[in-house]
Amino acid sequence: MSTEMDRIRNKYLRHDKKFPHIWCPGCGNGIVMASLIRAIDQIGLDNDEVVLAAGIGCAGRMPVYIDFNTLHTTHGRSLTFATGIKLANPALTVVSIMGDGDATAIGGNHFIHAARRNLDLTAIIVNNQVYGMTGGQFSPTTPFGATTTTSSYGNLEHAFSIAELAVTAGASFVGRGTVYHVKQLDMLIKKAVKKNGFSVVEIMSNCHTQYGRRNKLPDPVSMMQWFKKHAIALEKVEKMDAEALEDRFPIGILVDRQKPDYIEQYQRIRETSKDD
Amino acid sequence: MSDGECKIKLLQGNEAIVEGAIVAGCRFFAGYPITPASEVSEQMSMRLPEVGGTFIQMEDEIASMGAIIGASLAGVKSMTATSGPGFSLMQENIGYACITETPCVIVNVMRGGPSTGLPTNPSQGDVMQGRWGTHGDHPIIVMAVSTVADSFEITVHAFNLSEKYRVPVIIMSDEVVAHTRESIELPETSKVEVIERIKPTVPPEWYLPYEDNSRGVPPMASFGDGYRHHQTGLIHDQKGFPTQDSKEIQAFMERQFRKITNGFQEIICFKRFMMEDAEVAIIAYGSVSRSAKRAMREARQKGIKVGLLQLITLFPFPKSPVASVLRQCQAVIVPEMNIGQISREVKRVNQFSCNIHKINKINGEFITPAEIYDGLLKIA
Repeated sequence: MSTEMDRIRNKYLRHDKKFPHIWCPGCGNGIVMASLIRAIDQIGLDNDEVVLAAGIGCAGRMPVYIDFNTLHTTHGRSLTFATGIKLANPALTVVSIMGDGDATAIGGNHFIHAARRNLDLTAIIVNNQVYGMTGGQFSPTTPFGATTTTSSYGNLEHAFSIAELAVTAGASFVGRGTVYHVKQLDMLIKKAVKKNGFSVVEIMSNCHTQYGRRNKLPDPVSMMQWFKKHAIALEKVEKMDAEALEDRFPIGILVDRQKPDYIEQYQRIRETSKDD
Repeated sequence: MSDGECKIKLLQGNEAIVEGAIVAGCRFFAGYPITPASEVSEQMSMRLPEVGGTFIQMEDEIASMGAIIGASLAGVKSMTATSGPGFSLMQENIGYACITETPCVIVNVMRGGPSTGLPTNPSQGDVMQGRWGTHGDHPIIVMAVSTVADSFEITVHAFNLSEKYRVPVIIMSDEVVAHTRESIELPETSKVEVIERIKPTVPPEWYLPYEDNSRGVPPMASFGDGYRHHQTGLIHDQKGFPTQDSKEIQAFMERQFRKITNGFQEIICFKRFMMEDAEVAIIAYGSVSRSAKRAMREARQKGIKVGLLQLITLFPFPKSPVASVLRQCQAVIVPEMNIGQISREVKRVNQFSCNIHKINKINGEFITPAEIYDGLLKIA
């Protein structure tokens, strides 16, 4: 008997081609991938209508497993490719999947300008607080003081809040979730993909192999428990004092606003400038 | 521009590139401001919406290159334009266009380098960067323009080659050609040959995006066509998925070069002037070939039997037209606004007793006809 899970698996995964996947057992990337697939399925998009673009890193390997139009671009640059695809064929739903280093270190410039430009793209950022694929070096979201393979004496740098960066840069929709709060994650991704304008979902995810192991969270379960304890619903944050909020981060929808759509504006320019 | 309108225009090289691109079917341009290429962006921002296309100014040249590859993957002919510092930034994603065999055209209006160099002075210092700027072994086509008329025609040809062979094509202009205004008669659009990429005709479930064939150029589906496939900067198998299999890697790499070798006949473009009875010759390209032509005429008046080989395709290097000149002549002179990037290639081809002389100017000034003429007097 075929279950709902079988249906989704058969419809969306390139199961006969590219499995088993490259991720470590217990990696949060699988949870993110499943959540993305459920969100697209609930929206009711056809596989042909979706483009999934990624950069380089563990999260960057996600597109190869999913039966959309997929591309695995250069490190940090997936939003630039996504921009070209969307402008060339606005009928496509274009989602870019990135890691924290991919999106905010090497791709930081593209990220803030994509948010400012407000082209209708969805950026999903898997924030595992470390460069996993290259062996666990500190990233722009590694906490101050944390141990990584390039901060053996403790990280001297301070972490970005990706979601707040996206809000400030002008994104139309910004949400933050975790791989522990999966139902909320499905909702955030669904809203982000449906949103007309640049939308961002930052997902706190576990890299127990490269990050947790060196920071007293050595397995997926301890990292999940850490997310459960440290994530605070946005509505509760206002009622909490600074001390209680230390080491904690809000989850939920940070912003959901309307801004003029780039493609509609451009179409107006085309109509007024037409060759005659 | 509609048919019937006066087609004689006074354009600068940068503007002629824009007109050539639009006639060739370019409908997407992404760029970042830089001297002396900015007029290409400015003109594109006005012209593309008129023809239903899209212009976007990106946050840097890395992004511009990514955006044009994305647009091309979605089926729209795409171009960007820049100069030295921006061209350096583009190299990363030019490699991605090479490995994914994505058609696109990159205009590099050369200025003095390295680094910020001489933003408003001419140079030909990026020739080797055009060929080998991105890492790894890769085929690429590099073409040089020398006049406003060239800028139009070669841009059309660059798009055609890019679409036909699924390879990025670099157009090397320079500050002199880019900013010189000349009258140009634009051809009727319907009379210009425009080549479109070949798309798959098999049912989607049979489509192999990187399948080999007799031409070595696989049909290319666009995202959204119903041929869902995967594009990656990793070396990939015929299905487009990453591979570590040494046989598949070898076959993939060999096909990249074979498809270009197969097309030499139409990829290699050059012009010969007064070569029939030439005893000495000038081999030049870009704006310098204009000074060379004038020097040739003056030397002819003095009775020196000199000809000119103007290279248009710089890479793949036009071995046989160069070899035929070297076989015929006792000496050639290669004037360049660099330290000898093409003269070295000429020497590599020289299996004959031809003496190869160089004129190299790297002080930010153009090479004058008199300088080449003086060179000719010494070798003739």
